[in-house]
Amino acid sequence: MSATKTSAAPRDPGIDKIPLALIPLVALVALPLIPSLPTWVTLTVAGLAMGMMIFIMASGLTLVFGLMDVMNFAHGAFITIGAFVATSVLIPLARWSDADSLWMNLAAMLPAILAAMAVAGALGWFFERVIIKPVYGQHLKQILITMGGLIVAEQLIHVIWGPDIIALPKPMTLRGSFILGDIAIGKYRIAAVVVGLAVFAAMFLVLNRTRVGLLIRAGVEDGEMVEALGYRIRRVFIGVFIAGSALAGLGGVMWALYQETVSSAMGMQVMILIFIVIIIGGLGSVGGCFIGALLVGLVANYVGFLAPKVALGSNILLMVLILLWRPQGLYPVAKR
Amino acid sequence: MSLVQRALSGDYPRSRVLAVALLLILVGLALAPFVFPGTRSLNVAAKVCVFILLVASYDLLLGYTGIVSFAHTMFFGIGAYGIAIAATKLGPTWGSLALGCVAALLCSVVLSLVIGLLSLRVKTIFFAMITLAVASFFSILASQLSDFTGGEDGLTFKLPVSLAPGTKLLETAVFGVEINGKVLSYYIVFFGALFLFLALLRIVNSPFGRVLQAIRENDFRAEAIGYRGVVYRSVANCLSALAATAAGILYAIWLRYAGPDTTLSLDIMIDILLMVVIGGMGTMYGAAIGATLFIIAQNYLQDLMKLGTDAAAGIPLLPNLIHPDRWLLWLGILFILSVYYFPTGIVGRLRGVK
Amino acid sequence: MRHAHSGPLKQAGEGALLALTGVNTHIGHYHILQGVDFAVAQGGFTMLLGRNGAGKTTCLRTIMGMWRASAGRIIFDGADIAGEETPAVARRGIGYVPEAMGIFAGLSVAENLTLAARDGPIDTSRLEWIFGFFPALKKFWNLPAGNLSGGQKQMLAVARAIIEPRKLLLIDEPTKGLAPAIIGHMIEAFRELKRTDTTILLVEQNFNFARALGDTVAVMDSGRIIHTGAMADLAGDPGLQQQLLGLSLDAHQ
Repeated sequence: MSATKTSAAPRDPGIDKIPLALIPLVALVALPLIPSLPTWVTLTVAGLAMGMMIFIMASGLTLVFGLMDVMNFAHGAFITIGAFVATSVLIPLARWSDADSLWMNLAAMLPAILAAMAVAGALGWFFERVIIKPVYGQHLKQILITMGGLIVAEQLIHVIWGPDIIALPKPMTLRGSFILGDIAIGKYRIAAVVVGLAVFAAMFLVLNRTRVGLLIRAGVEDGEMVEALGYRIRRVFIGVFIAGSALAGLGGVMWALYQETVSSAMGMQVMILIFIVIIIGGLGSVGGCFIGALLVGLVANYVGFLAPKVALGSNILLMVLILLWRPQGLYPVAKR
Repeated sequence: MSLVQRALSGDYPRSRVLAVALLLILVGLALAPFVFPGTRSLNVAAKVCVFILLVASYDLLLGYTGIVSFAHTMFFGIGAYGIAIAATKLGPTWGSLALGCVAALLCSVVLSLVIGLLSLRVKTIFFAMITLAVASFFSILASQLSDFTGGEDGLTFKLPVSLAPGTKLLETAVFGVEINGKVLSYYIVFFGALFLFLALLRIVNSPFGRVLQAIRENDFRAEAIGYRGVVYRSVANCLSALAATAAGILYAIWLRYAGPDTTLSLDIMIDILLMVVIGGMGTMYGAAIGATLFIIAQNYLQDLMKLGTDAAAGIPLLPNLIHPDRWLLWLGILFILSVYYFPTGIVGRLRGVK
Repeated sequence: MRHAHSGPLKQAGEGALLALTGVNTHIGHYHILQGVDFAVAQGGFTMLLGRNGAGKTTCLRTIMGMWRASAGRIIFDGADIAGEETPAVARRGIGYVPEAMGIFAGLSVAENLTLAARDGPIDTSRLEWIFGFFPALKKFWNLPAGNLSGGQKQMLAVARAIIEPRKLLLIDEPTKGLAPAIIGHMIEAFRELKRTDTTILLVEQNFNFARALGDTVAVMDSGRIIHTGAMADLAGDPGLQQQLLGLSLDAHQ
């Protein structure tokens, strides 16, 4: 990426591949440390699955920050709400979900996921209009207001769903593991990886192949110039905010099924991982968020196996190391 | 008069109602063992003392410096655990308490400087996110290192004999109240908190405090004038951490216990935010008003809500909304409204500042 | 919202496409524009000159609605646009090239231009016309704009403003930081643009550039317009230049 001031032929540097290489690097470093290959495969899949779920939840938050310089500390509430809405749909449909039939399971899961996304998205819309809109450009107030929103949202969850932890079993099809020789891979984890990849691919296509995507990418760089070209950046922003909230709802359902329990504190617990992920990725960068999420997922699983006591601190350590290497995160977003 | 002026560093309440309220709080807390001798009410009074100091130290950051930190409870916890670990490992002597204090304060200084220098140069939001992550890591650490910290259960420990509730310090009762170790502990908490609160008041009214406010108002210009913004903010962060640690020490002395739920949890962090914003950011007195109202409400408003819940039984959702455990819902709404409409909180309203 | 090209006769008053009357702008505590009055006639280049800090950039930004005018009227194409949001102002047919160019560095040249063509796909014949005077854009069509050189970025910024016909272009210091050879290229490109009868309001510090292209001139100082007239008159009067701009053309050459 040398400066091309004098030469008339700048070269295309493509995307920065070093962060991409970190994922296989981490997996390879873990390989000799973990006693058996099957365990390594299991842990790797588990790490990727966890990373994908975190990515789904974190992507909207990082885009919203990139577009409007807004950090929503209440994003976790959308995750929790998604999970609770799913319980309201899935528990009455428990017979379908517990049936040993893929179609019955889907008939229970699809409405649950759609309802979770719709409610989280609607809540996101309300949140943007009522809570965040008056405090654009004022970071301190934004943090305070969104924390306040988080408190109220958590309390309302208690009012509606009660204070107790709710059990949420996985649908029958996704229980248990695929066994390949010595290797056991949780079915649910495979499903999480597939959904995560699908969301990433869809997001990639929208951002790179559509006009709205162009607007979002341009808006992340310089929202004022996008307006000077005649586009209402606020509309784009509200759209992204709603989509990001809906994705948080989807992630909430996936995370809840992964844990098989739903509690009002889950959003905040995941939020800490999400913050670490978007700091690692570079605030505002979707690609960085994806890589950061996978790194966090892998490291959490490997360290959790090797040294359970320090597992939870490993992500903080990972963040510190990456910030020492690249203080703006893996993919710093070019700002005006 | 000049004594009052010096004690308050020339920063008067500037509102008659506020002055009366502050005086009531001061007198009430000073005489609490005699006026409110019950165990529960004395507990509330001690907690008010500790939280006034804790919230005031947070206000130094949030209100005066414009920094949002979520690591304040971490420093609070370091203080509490410092005392608790020293007392359990080294025995209940004054020497081990002193050692615990010094160790805790040193630990806080180092940690706050490291966090400050690493991340205060960047945006407010970044600092808030990093401190949230570090604080949650710290509370996990405390629950994992159970050999040292007692894990989720925390540490219950003994204090030197003269602070034990069973120790009679005076033969005769004063105003019908027995002067025992518990009363002495209370006064250590009360005077410790009062002294440190006045010290914080002095800091914010010193030239140093004015520079902090200048930086908060306009980072760029203050930097241009020649103040090194990062250095000033780091020092403020460090002082604030020290005061929070001291509050943790006092709290542990009072409770003879340190645990994750009483010091480290995010819930306490949120309580602090509520107290400082509702009381009034950037006013110091707001910390006193906010903490007092909050803790009294926490302990007594819920009784009232219980009555309401019982009365509303049978109506859908309404009993849930006014259930005693839901009081945070209403405070949260009050908090949001405060940030929008009264950013200087109750104190700002009383002073007639917009 | 699309207008047919409106001829000079349809314009209100003396054929002014844009007229500012008593425009005031405050930024924070600073009172930057203190009653700006001037008009830009339909067709031709109007040069907005003045010393650093005179308020030229603020003037353009106020027209674009990026700063809100605290008083005064901004009549464009017969409508008062003071107080309109930036996107609405842009959609009235004003193209804007900011001082810092506002290139989207992470988007390719193609994507930058696609986004600028908001009424649909890029008109290929118009694109070929632009390639005619900015050939570098064709060459680096799929390259991220951030990799272009300073001059190429400026070409992209101008191309973005003209990728669809606009009634008025506001261009802020297109020569800033460019090498003399590239400035020569820019002058050629703007001469080509001039043949299409585009109306341009151009802020400039480089007097030679302004003299080479300008038809009329407005000079700002301390937030006010202190002189308007024909470019040729100012160019031929070193005393007036000295008085208005504090420079002498001879010393500058």
